[in-house]
Amino acid sequence: MTGHGTSGTETGTGTSTGSGTALEVSGLTVELRTPRGRTPVVRDVGFSVRSGQTLALLGESGCGKSMTAQAVAGLLDPVAEVVGGQVRLGGRDVLRLGRRERRSLAGPQLAMVFQDALTALNPVYTVGSQLAEPFRIHEQASRRVARNKAVELMERVGIPEPGLRAKAYPHQFSGGMRQRLLIAMAVALRPSVLLADEPTTALDVTVQAQIMELLAQLRRETRMALVLITHDLAVVGEQADQVAVMYSGTVVESGPVAEVFAAPRHPYTRGLLDSVPAGHPRGSTLPSIEGSPPRPGSVPTGCAFRARCPLARDRCATDLPPLVATGPGRASACHYWKELADV
Amino acid sequence: MSETADTAGTADRAGTTGPTAGEPLLEAHGLTKTFRVPRSASGSTRLHALDGVDLTVRRGETLGLVGESGCGKSTLARVLLMLERPDAGTVRYDGVDPFTLRGKSLLAWRRRVQMVFQDPFASLNPRMTAGELIAEPWLSHPDLVPRSGRERRVRELLEMVGLRAGDARRHPQEFSGGQRQRIGIARALALNPEVIVCDEPVSALDLSVQAQVLNVLTELQTELGVAYVFISHDLPVVRHVADRVAVMYLGRVVESGPAEEVFTAPRHPYTASLLSAAPRPPTAAPQDGRSRRIVLFGEVPSPTDPPSGCRFRTRCWKAEQVCADTVPADEPAPGAPQHLAACHLPL
Repeated sequence: MTGHGTSGTETGTGTSTGSGTALEVSGLTVELRTPRGRTPVVRDVGFSVRSGQTLALLGESGCGKSMTAQAVAGLLDPVAEVVGGQVRLGGRDVLRLGRRERRSLAGPQLAMVFQDALTALNPVYTVGSQLAEPFRIHEQASRRVARNKAVELMERVGIPEPGLRAKAYPHQFSGGMRQRLLIAMAVALRPSVLLADEPTTALDVTVQAQIMELLAQLRRETRMALVLITHDLAVVGEQADQVAVMYSGTVVESGPVAEVFAAPRHPYTRGLLDSVPAGHPRGSTLPSIEGSPPRPGSVPTGCAFRARCPLARDRCATDLPPLVATGPGRASACHYWKELADV
Repeated sequence: MSETADTAGTADRAGTTGPTAGEPLLEAHGLTKTFRVPRSASGSTRLHALDGVDLTVRRGETLGLVGESGCGKSTLARVLLMLERPDAGTVRYDGVDPFTLRGKSLLAWRRRVQMVFQDPFASLNPRMTAGELIAEPWLSHPDLVPRSGRERRVRELLEMVGLRAGDARRHPQEFSGGQRQRIGIARALALNPEVIVCDEPVSALDLSVQAQVLNVLTELQTELGVAYVFISHDLPVVRHVADRVAVMYLGRVVESGPAEEVFTAPRHPYTASLLSAAPRPPTAAPQDGRSRRIVLFGEVPSPTDPPSGCRFRTRCWKAEQVCADTVPADEPAPGAPQHLAACHLPL
């Protein structure tokens, strides 16, 4: 919910080099149609990212972070439906666009990198032809031109011998190389916003470092805005400028990463940071958040975190705490955030 | 020096130092295991999962086993559990080679080494209740707990891992991931083992729940003096729980020693790069022996066709001719004989 002021003032294609807001999401609500009725899985989510910056959507499994990204990209599963909110991309609310118009944005404006590269690539086409596709479709490039551009792209994301490897199939690449291919495909048309959903979770640490470095380098070069969806606090700490912490379908805290991590203003963020083993003496009892997150179908009234919260009081059971500003660029959805800020 | 460094490692866990704590319980020497695979590009049909691995697990300690996927850490665990027979090398458990055991003595040995699996969603039979799951090992070891005492023992075990006695009647799908992993731990404890091999026990769990399960494991060790072989790719987690660590790369242990020494002063370039590649947790101390990030080029070569000499040399920034010609031997660090690294050019 940062950067309200810029909404709607952005014009043009969004590939502008200014540090304007590239993507602004507000009030986004997604429901899942289940046999037992409609279940809200993303509730009133808001965040914004500026060009050339990285925003991390941080949360544990089931918190709705991937669903949020899919809703923004228009890739929701048919059982899920956006029932409210705005997704402003380059000044336009993409949720109000028709199918065709929205599709035309996929690639030049907004692109996505998925967690599982092997299932995201088509196994029966060579990687060269898959990488050439965006140029064929969006730029009506000839086969030969598209192919040359694909090879260039492969070189740009660090695939050795790209000319030769373009003729290979996805299964002939290692996990790290596949992720590079997926990133290449996503950045092919220089999107102004890149959504990366757990891009390194399936990879080994040493390869993970390579991929994060590649993403950071591409972001610097093209000034695209990066939305990094992750559960890894350490990745957020190193890669992101801004963070939005999600819990049970909603943003509970947001702000600049350094500030949020140094002085969290929501007890959930605080609990997460405390659970990190580093910083505690070896073998000591780690502070942990008791219990586990509520299931999407049975989110309690009031604050969803209250059952696990050390600060919870009667009011938390009845009043849903809104995400309110707690300082410049910072917001928290806790009635008692001041008690954390004071400590 | 070696003795003090080592006992200091285990002794700061109050209570683990029983009369026998610290003495070697499980020793492996020169373990080698290959698997037959379809012919690779180079024509090889053997996958070298383990290549001359030495390992010691002492009573009551936690040995961390670190490495990337395909490095052989799970194969090693399977050999230690006798689920896999090595091509060469020996395993000694309390002085006895378990691979020579048969019948009753083999069954008795199996009781002493148990396992906790990575995926608490796949490793528990959904048609059994938590109580049945925990009591199931006693079908193979009926003499361990008398039939009349089993219900009470199940309740005890549930409480030991932080669940309620009443949970015995519920099915796995009624529990969250963290609770399921507690059931897995209770099930491993049912046979009063001396060693529990934990294969990535918390990597399927969310951070807020991970800490709960790590705490349960630590408490149980303090109470029962059980030893853990803790397999994980998560370095901060290993650093938190392990007394000693062994770092594996392509089927070999490249570095081993007291955890604190290995983490603060790594000697093998691979260990250093692993430590430096792991994203730094937000709460970590700024100086961690890895001020400058080392980003390795390339990826782990295929275990069907490992490089000659030192297996890490194809990605090592210090590699020289000698690394391709000869396999480096384990060398102790100066002043720290327990801290071994297999490198021609240690850091």
